[in-house]
Amino acid sequence: MWERIRVILYKEIIQVLREPRMRALLFFPPIIQLIIFGYAVTLDVDHARIAWMDMSKTPESRALQARFEGSGRFDVVAYPNSEDDVQRLLDQSDVHAVVSVLPEFARDLARGRTAQVQVLLDGTNSNTASLVSAYAAGVIYEFAKDLSPHPAKNQQSIQIHVRGAAGGGRMPAAQLASDTRVWFNPDLRSRNYFVPGVAANILLMVTLMLTAQAIIREKEIGTMEQLMVTPMRPIELIIGKTLPFALVGMINMLLVTGGALLIFRIPFRGNFLLLMFCALLFLMTGLGAGLFLSTISHTQQQANMGSFFFTTPAFMLSGFTFPIRNMPTVVQYLTYLNPLRYFMEIVRGIFLKGAGISVLWPQMLILTVYGVAILGLSALRFHKKLD
Amino acid sequence: MKANAAPAIDARIRVWYNSSLQSKNFVVPGLIAVILMILAGQLTSLTIAREWEIGAMEQILSTPLRPAEMVIGKMLAYFAVGLADSIIALVVGVTVFSVPFRGSLLLLGVSTCLFLSGVLFWGIFISSGARTQVEAYQLGMLTTFLPGFLLSGFVFSIDTMPKVLQVISLIVPARYFVAILKSLFMKGVGLEVLADQVIFLMLFATIVFWRAVSKLKRQRVV
Repeated sequence: MWERIRVILYKEIIQVLREPRMRALLFFPPIIQLIIFGYAVTLDVDHARIAWMDMSKTPESRALQARFEGSGRFDVVAYPNSEDDVQRLLDQSDVHAVVSVLPEFARDLARGRTAQVQVLLDGTNSNTASLVSAYAAGVIYEFAKDLSPHPAKNQQSIQIHVRGAAGGGRMPAAQLASDTRVWFNPDLRSRNYFVPGVAANILLMVTLMLTAQAIIREKEIGTMEQLMVTPMRPIELIIGKTLPFALVGMINMLLVTGGALLIFRIPFRGNFLLLMFCALLFLMTGLGAGLFLSTISHTQQQANMGSFFFTTPAFMLSGFTFPIRNMPTVVQYLTYLNPLRYFMEIVRGIFLKGAGISVLWPQMLILTVYGVAILGLSALRFHKKLD
Repeated sequence: MKANAAPAIDARIRVWYNSSLQSKNFVVPGLIAVILMILAGQLTSLTIAREWEIGAMEQILSTPLRPAEMVIGKMLAYFAVGLADSIIALVVGVTVFSVPFRGSLLLLGVSTCLFLSGVLFWGIFISSGARTQVEAYQLGMLTTFLPGFLLSGFVFSIDTMPKVLQVISLIVPARYFVAILKSLFMKGVGLEVLADQVIFLMLFATIVFWRAVSKLKRQRVV
């Protein structure tokens, strides 16, 4: 038996690694994915483009503009002169916001009356818009505070009104307060959170698709019949077909972990061996799902499309990019069915919190149950299909 | 509010286009682009690699079928599928998620067709260079899923990315389609604003079609 497994393993590894281009395609994309995710995924806003409509044209209004530019959060890129200009700038998405200082600005300030600054936001991207609004409110707040000789007394002197064009949608004060805190949130935080998750995703994608494709390929080019007339038993075929991709998956896991540490300096506080062991547990789910996919598809294209039924929900409901806590309750319950969710928690726990077995054992247990069940059932089904 | 608060500033913040700042209003239109990018790219990326793998490519090459005809034939079949998918996505977005649609349906239709053709041609282009479907699949994922999801501005704002990624995103067709969709859904602007994006999608489709055809032509000679 072991001899036959060895032979098919050998064949499979040669088939996968024979071509230089294929070798590159197995190990290169995960690194690219890591790099793009690491750099692209930030929900913070660094240099919001704003238009400055100064109808006051006084030292005070220019001081406020200097505050905006000096904050490092805003780049003033346009100076509209009319409402039409404002409309055009926002319609073309040239700016994120338009700040208008009303003509009476300096006079009102001098007389101790409430001066008005209007901030018009492009709400298309609600995340960017709420950050820009919080930053703008923060700048104006600081400006107002510094104008007053007794800053402590003047905490209340800024009023922030937020209202939508439609008249409704008043943003709750609590939301503004919590958004303002993002100001002090170092940019790196979201990266630390996202990058370890890439490893979990890659492991799933690689094992699932490669396993399914390797088996269906044999069906498609007609060599499956040949394999079946050999004394090879189904279980040996399954082992021979899945082990190489388990290996590829683990190498990818190593590459991505290494990249996360070396390129992005993500903190790694936990036990490396524990991470690899959990990856092995999760691997069973990926391989099992791939095996299952191969039993329901006749062509690789079908498998390809079929994989979306598995990977898309797994991806979306894992808490990878979209926090589970923000989902509707029903959807939150659904995430408990998702094996990737548990592996995601493990990966983040080990990387960021240094969590050990004492904390992660429930997730590990669930992954084991999922892995054994999915791999076992798929192997059974595969077995039946062959007979 | 105390009346003695000396120089006070009243910051009036108003939000246009998406006044209640709901994230679904920008996620759903963007999602249509992402789904189409992944789906269309995946649909065609295997087609020619498959012919090679099962050994049918030699037969096809020996027929009088011209490369351009082959590319268009392969593409049209999936074009119908992709178009049906986009209609479903649009209807679900507007009815189930009640996302407002303020722009021109005609412009939406035209730009969807352009985007879809471009991405389908891209899949064929990848496919004609690959000899196995696994290879085509990996290349397809790398060039459609990743940029479609990350570099399109769908959730993650392109403005905040490092310059290198911003430059790379300039050649990602999904970036332009996401911009068109968001503008059409929320801003209701027309061709006067979106002309650049539409022209890019047109150019992308044309160039990739031409590249796919010339790649197939070369293989014919070999």
